[in-house]
Amino acid sequence: MSDKSEVLVRFESVQKSYDGEVLVVKNLNLEVARGDFLTMLGPSGSGKTTCLMMLAGFEPVTHGKITLAGQPINNVPPHKRDIGMVFQNYALFPHMSVAENLAFPLQVRKVSKVDIEVRVKKALEMVQLDQFGGRRPAQLSGGQQQRVAVARALVFDPALVLMDEPLGALDKQLREQMQYEIKHIHENLGVTVVYVTHDQSEALTMSTRIAVFNDGVIQQLAPPNILYECPDNAFVAQFIGENNSLSGTVKEVKGKNCVVDLDGGGTVQALAVNIGGIGSRTKLSLRPERVEVNPVSGSLPNVFEANIKELTYLGDHIRTRACICGQENFIVKIPNASHHALLHENTKVQFGWSIEDCRALDG
Amino acid sequence: MDMAPKTLETSRSEILSTVDGQPLKKALARTERTKRFKAILLVAPLLTFITVTFLYPICLMLFRSVENPLVAENMPQTLEVLQKWDGKSLPSELAFAAAAKDLAAARKSKMIGRLATRLNFETSGLRSVITGTARKVKKMEAPFKEAMIQARSQWGDVATWSTIKRLGPTIIDVNYLAAVDRGYNVKGEIELRDEDRRIYVSLFGRTLLMSLIVTVASLFLGFPIAYLLASLPLKYSNLLMILVLLPFWTSLLVRTTSWIVLLQTQGVLNDVMVWLGLFEDEQRVQLIFNAQGTVIAMTQILLPFMVLPLYSVMKTIHPSYMRAAESLGAHRYTAYWRIYVPNTLPGIGAGSLLVFILAIGYYITPALVGGQDGQMISNLIAFHMQKSLNWGLAAALGGILLGGVVILYWLYNSLVGVERLKLG
Ligand SMILES: Nc1ncnc2c1ncn2[C@@H]1O[C@H](COP(=O)(O)OP(=O)(O)OP(=O)(O)O)[C@@H](O)[C@H]1O
Ligand SMILES: [Mg+2]
Repeated sequence: MSDKSEVLVRFESVQKSYDGEVLVVKNLNLEVARGDFLTMLGPSGSGKTTCLMMLAGFEPVTHGKITLAGQPINNVPPHKRDIGMVFQNYALFPHMSVAENLAFPLQVRKVSKVDIEVRVKKALEMVQLDQFGGRRPAQLSGGQQQRVAVARALVFDPALVLMDEPLGALDKQLREQMQYEIKHIHENLGVTVVYVTHDQSEALTMSTRIAVFNDGVIQQLAPPNILYECPDNAFVAQFIGENNSLSGTVKEVKGKNCVVDLDGGGTVQALAVNIGGIGSRTKLSLRPERVEVNPVSGSLPNVFEANIKELTYLGDHIRTRACICGQENFIVKIPNASHHALLHENTKVQFGWSIEDCRALDG
Repeated sequence: MDMAPKTLETSRSEILSTVDGQPLKKALARTERTKRFKAILLVAPLLTFITVTFLYPICLMLFRSVENPLVAENMPQTLEVLQKWDGKSLPSELAFAAAAKDLAAARKSKMIGRLATRLNFETSGLRSVITGTARKVKKMEAPFKEAMIQARSQWGDVATWSTIKRLGPTIIDVNYLAAVDRGYNVKGEIELRDEDRRIYVSLFGRTLLMSLIVTVASLFLGFPIAYLLASLPLKYSNLLMILVLLPFWTSLLVRTTSWIVLLQTQGVLNDVMVWLGLFEDEQRVQLIFNAQGTVIAMTQILLPFMVLPLYSVMKTIHPSYMRAAESLGAHRYTAYWRIYVPNTLPGIGAGSLLVFILAIGYYITPALVGGQDGQMISNLIAFHMQKSLNWGLAAALGGILLGGVVILYWLYNSLVGVERLKLG
């Protein structure tokens, strides 16, 4: 019983097609727990907005079922779903003041005038816009409009709030600030958020869980750290963070580990995560910051000689492009610590990594 | 006094200057000047064209509504004598003698016809008095008073003389008074015309009312079309747009006359009604050659001017506004009424203003299908221009119409703001 009430939104084998020819969402199964901050992350055209629109009720579901707090909502019109929504262009009503915008959802719910005033004031305080109630949206900066949009989606205390790339139009600095603000609002109110973005750092910053979309299918659904450190497949590994991908053929499987013959020469021991049998193709995923330079001999199972091609100084780390095992674009991040290795372009050096950091994924 | 704001401004902020020490404003003005000169050169042809063919005639016409040179030029001696006249009893023999001289001179210079017509506009019947007397004045002898009254008895009326005196000044307001059904009485006071001669005020009223009906009707008909245009997929909206624009490709005359074919008592619509048995053959309704016909035809003709501004405004209303309203808990109709419609207001304002202004000056349609009670003020202006040749009155009527439009525009500007006007 308690386990069931935890689930707020459930997609049950949902499919969606706009034209009857192409499935934009293919057999989606997803559960969003109460209080979750779930981010749908994926490249453009992967069906994120479509999922959100189906949840909000603006697009009919072609097949399958969506339930909200246990109730099927396929046939509930949008205005009865009680779902707050923040649009990418904010969609603040231009002919109303900020306060009137916030009052609108309360007015249509027939909340008393006194209550409306109190709640609008509280919502404005929440987003630090107490002074701006009388202004028109056009008289606000982009970030302020964004905050109003968030406040408006929350003012009527919905259980669920949807946000479709709400920070897409802001510059980098403001975007980062807003990420934290939205995250803190989420933490303080305990509201459930389904968030859409194609910015992976945004997803990592804000979410409790991330659903990586590609081609209408969820590739992996996991908390940010798991997603980054333990990607299930090559797409996720490539999409989240920077990644070195080495392709090869499985030579041997030993329990959790395997041995892979790289295409460019060399044999690597890796963690067998998502591979077929012996002889199948695989892609090894290795994070650039998990590579050690000139390791103490014998401490790491995988050590190869590399040729340094390019060094880029980036302040907190030095980005190194090297050629290793026939792979031209092998990236290593060397932290700018007090005793970090001093490398020079066009010199040879030893790179090493552990079995756990090298994940053998689908080819 | 003039310097005060300037010094205040400079004291608040230091005078900014360019590197070589020139005031920044001066340097800016110089660079702007060449730009502005080029801009003026570009618009010069159009500006000249508009000035010559539009502004100049309008000014000329407006001037004509107050100018009145005929009497002053042709009856100078009479007017001089009448200056001392008390206006209560008949003027002295002196005035009659002067009038006789003036009339003789006017006849000689062939101005007598125009003079007579001018005086006749003011007091009907005076034309024959003037021309008739002028014909006989050569043979008249003193005392002229008796001779002239004998020739035309109206010379014995005080009214005749006060008319001449009133039309003496070269700049007068009688045309504007006439345009609002008013005139001077014998005592020189402004009063309403006789009941059977009051036509202009009620005609202005009817013109405004009919224009209002046309505007409201085209708003109600045009709004849904514009909404469809803005929300249909491009494929269909293009087709619909062609249908909306189709009337522009047909001659106005053809469209108006086809309404006659449709609406007349023996016309298509009545035939269909009778055929359907909705009413008997004798009960055919008169739908054209009256106010109804004018309103119907004008609504159809002016509809595109409502649809286009509405459409251009609706096109800019992002669908996410409606979605946002719905997600916030508003029913579709509430959302439409409270979010969509208010955002179309600039279009409603622009369309209504456009249609209304076009409607109050409309001429061809009421002239063709208006019959008796479907006439508008423009038809009367045309009448005075072409038939009665009372250009002064026509100009005054036109001037009032122009004034009305300007006031309307000013009202719109101060209530809504012209910068929010979107015409397409
Ligand atoms: N109204 C529509 N009619 C037809 N096809 C549509 C419609 N909306 C989206 N699609 C198609 O559905 C697919 C998924 O679109 P969707 O908008 O869900 O992508 P997204 O993941 O939100 O992408 P982005 O990150 O660019 O916003 C795309 O291939 C798109 O072309
Ligand atoms: Mg999208």
